[in-house]
Amino acid sequence: MTTRRSLDPTLDPTGSAELAGETVEPGAPGAIDPGAVDAAAKPRRRRLNASLVIGLILVGLVVVMALVSYVWTPYNPTEAMPEDRLQGASAAHWFGTDRYGRDTFTWIMFGSRITLLVGIVSVAIAMLIGVPLGIIAGMTNSGLLSGTIMRGNDLLLAFPALLLAIVFSAVYGPGTGPAMVALGIASIPGFARVARSGTLQVMSTEYVMAARAANRGTFAIATTHVLPNIAGMVIVQASVAFALAVLAEAGLSFLGLGTQAPAPSWGRMLQESQQFLGTRPELALWPGLFIAIAVLGFNLLGDGLRDRLDPKLRGRD
Amino acid sequence: MTESLLTVQDLEISAGQRHLVHPTSFTIAAGERVGLIGESGSGKSLTSAAVMGLLPGELSARGQVKLSGTEGNLLTWSERRMARLRGRDLSMVFQEPMSALNPLMRVGEQVAEVMRIHRTANPAQAKARAVELLERVRLPDPRAAARAYPHQLSGGQRQRVMLAIAMANSPRLLICDEPTTALDVTVQAQVLDLIREAVVADGTGLLFITHDLAVVASVCERVMVMYRGRIVESGSCEQIFTDPQHEYTRGLLAASDLTATDDRGRLFTIASAARYRSHASGDGAMTDAEADAGSASRAAPVDLATGEPLIEVSELVKTYSRTRTSLFGRADRVEALRGISLSIPAGRRFGIVGESGSGKSTLLKILSGLEPPTTGSVQVGGVHVESATSAQLRSMREDLQIVFQDPFASLDPRMKVADIIAEPLVPMRVPERKRRERVAETLAAVGLEPESAHRFPHQFSGGQRQRISIARALVCRPRILVADEPVSALDVSVRAQVLNLLTDLVDEYQLTLVFVSHDLGVVRHLCSDVAVMKSGEIVETGDVESIYTNPQHPYTASLVAATPSLEDAFAAS
Repeated sequence: MTTRRSLDPTLDPTGSAELAGETVEPGAPGAIDPGAVDAAAKPRRRRLNASLVIGLILVGLVVVMALVSYVWTPYNPTEAMPEDRLQGASAAHWFGTDRYGRDTFTWIMFGSRITLLVGIVSVAIAMLIGVPLGIIAGMTNSGLLSGTIMRGNDLLLAFPALLLAIVFSAVYGPGTGPAMVALGIASIPGFARVARSGTLQVMSTEYVMAARAANRGTFAIATTHVLPNIAGMVIVQASVAFALAVLAEAGLSFLGLGTQAPAPSWGRMLQESQQFLGTRPELALWPGLFIAIAVLGFNLLGDGLRDRLDPKLRGRD
Repeated sequence: MTESLLTVQDLEISAGQRHLVHPTSFTIAAGERVGLIGESGSGKSLTSAAVMGLLPGELSARGQVKLSGTEGNLLTWSERRMARLRGRDLSMVFQEPMSALNPLMRVGEQVAEVMRIHRTANPAQAKARAVELLERVRLPDPRAAARAYPHQLSGGQRQRVMLAIAMANSPRLLICDEPTTALDVTVQAQVLDLIREAVVADGTGLLFITHDLAVVASVCERVMVMYRGRIVESGSCEQIFTDPQHEYTRGLLAASDLTATDDRGRLFTIASAARYRSHASGDGAMTDAEADAGSASRAAPVDLATGEPLIEVSELVKTYSRTRTSLFGRADRVEALRGISLSIPAGRRFGIVGESGSGKSTLLKILSGLEPPTTGSVQVGGVHVESATSAQLRSMREDLQIVFQDPFASLDPRMKVADIIAEPLVPMRVPERKRRERVAETLAAVGLEPESAHRFPHQFSGGQRQRISIARALVCRPRILVADEPVSALDVSVRAQVLNLLTDLVDEYQLTLVFVSHDLGVVRHLCSDVAVMKSGEIVETGDVESIYTNPQHPYTASLVAATPSLEDAFAAS
């Protein structure tokens, strides 16, 4: 048997100061607990997240276009210039013109407004209805109310979003409004599910137990503990639902069930470009490209936010 | 001096610019049993992972790791070459038996697999040898165990299977990373014996990683103490425990010893360790005197007890029925509590001891009105909890507050510390300004800086978070404090501080303490009375010293015997 004994010469054996204090930057909590050998919480490292950055850039591009279109566009969107029709890209018309001689770039800019409006309104509808339903279902888990909510949710989930929108436009007439409401209703189940699973998780934690032991009421627990802790997941879901809504609105407008003439929309531009696909394919290229940019942007943003906000992926420090 | 089996020289592990392990050197001789002790974050697991070539990709290791009989530095070996070594010459047992086995593979196959992969046995032999190995780790009915899936085995049994896999190819070095931390004490003792026997029988070198000094003393011959990425001291078990040289080792030793207290009846902490004399130092008189002082201070609140029971539990039964997993399946019924009767007088410190699954947490939840009992009655301060109106329940909860086990899960990560602590005051309609005063007072009482109020929980360490948790429980001045394993997730040195704090606060606020723990040593230090629980029943109850020194029920006796203590470890060695 070897019995060696060695003392690290680099350490002062009486170095109680070193034992007591942690090497943390000034102001860190390590200094609070005198004499503690607790590993002080390390400052969390914020790494730049590629999908978050790219997502933000793409979404930012669409948002800036929409905002700028309120103060400036190269041309009036409804102004037809028959002498300039079906032109290619030039200094005067960056993206060319359509069959009436309207400037494509101007239309792309105006189209981004509708795209964002549809996304915002439908996601807001879905979130405002879905999240409370999900929280209620999660907090009354295994009760009759929870069962009713979640089965209703499953019913809605089984109903295709586009079909719902078509039904709405058949009943209320085609237009941006019915399309937004239909898409919003169709996205409720996603939010309700995310909110419910998040709520179940939060409700099983010890801090909710502590809050119950401290006499906090159900509503107080829902607003002070559950909601802030599932907010991250809900934001991620919102970002994904936004992308889906953008795509669905383009699809509806393409079918003539969404935004109606003469309002500019990317979906309608795609539809109108069909007959010129052989001669002027860029008429389809530009709206298609921007739909792709918006959808990709919101999806990447959702991915990036998920990495940063989802508590399951965030390590304890 | 025997030939060294493993030589580690100037091993350095870093993540980018941060050094996690500073240059470290040690050797393990063939057949030698070496313990590596340290607290969470000290770098002990990283060191072993580096030896196995299992470091996570973002960490880099420099230095030399040499294994006798192989050429060159293991750190520079390719993954393929390391893979051939792992499981044959080097093997490892991990901490978490629940996730270390493949849930979809029969246990016998998993044992046989490691022999097939390394071609140390043909498939038929491997199968037969797997059963032998399972028998060697003393699984009851090894043949049946070989056909079982991991979920059909208990935690201790799974850890035995892990050991069987690790020993299958008679490795020259076995690394155990906290192999018994997740196990109950009685199971822990058996698994430790098994590891020691297996290693001695095969002449295998052992690197045993743990944070528990008593455990290391019962398994190892030599100990290395790791502190903040450095091995600060190493020597034989006897030397380390009787004559520790480094400040940190002394502190760790003092803080681990729950039977020794200073003249104020407080446990030693790293800071006060200078006055600590170990049992084995031969200065028994000193510790006895201290123990007397300690028990005197413990006994003091007992005299205050009026005898009138503050908590009265009678014939309490709790049955959970698990929801059916399939439409035609039968609903499972689990009897968590089977007729518990208890009476806790005001001013007592009442310990409830039991292993996992004994129903002690369920009892706490029912006491605090978080779960309704199935049958039986619970009376807390005159309120019948099982039939209380919500107003009665509210007033009862102002009297009874809870400190939870996991300091990471019991604080809402999105709330500031001030809001967390003030939470029990909100339903009491304490005005905002008054709330802030009370929070500041309580923060001071638990030894935290006033500025802590504006920080978030993640900015605090485990011990500090537990202080926050205690502050939240005390802010509304309860009469009863219920603590659910409040120190089991903490490092040893922090544990002593938190236990001292609890002792002080219980005295200061004249609390009745209900303290649930799996650790008999902690309960013995802190409590005046104890109830021992097993499978939903109380098997024995009485005052803590007589239960500890003279257990009547065989289960209590086995619990006492299995609890690793430094004294026993010395006696054995």
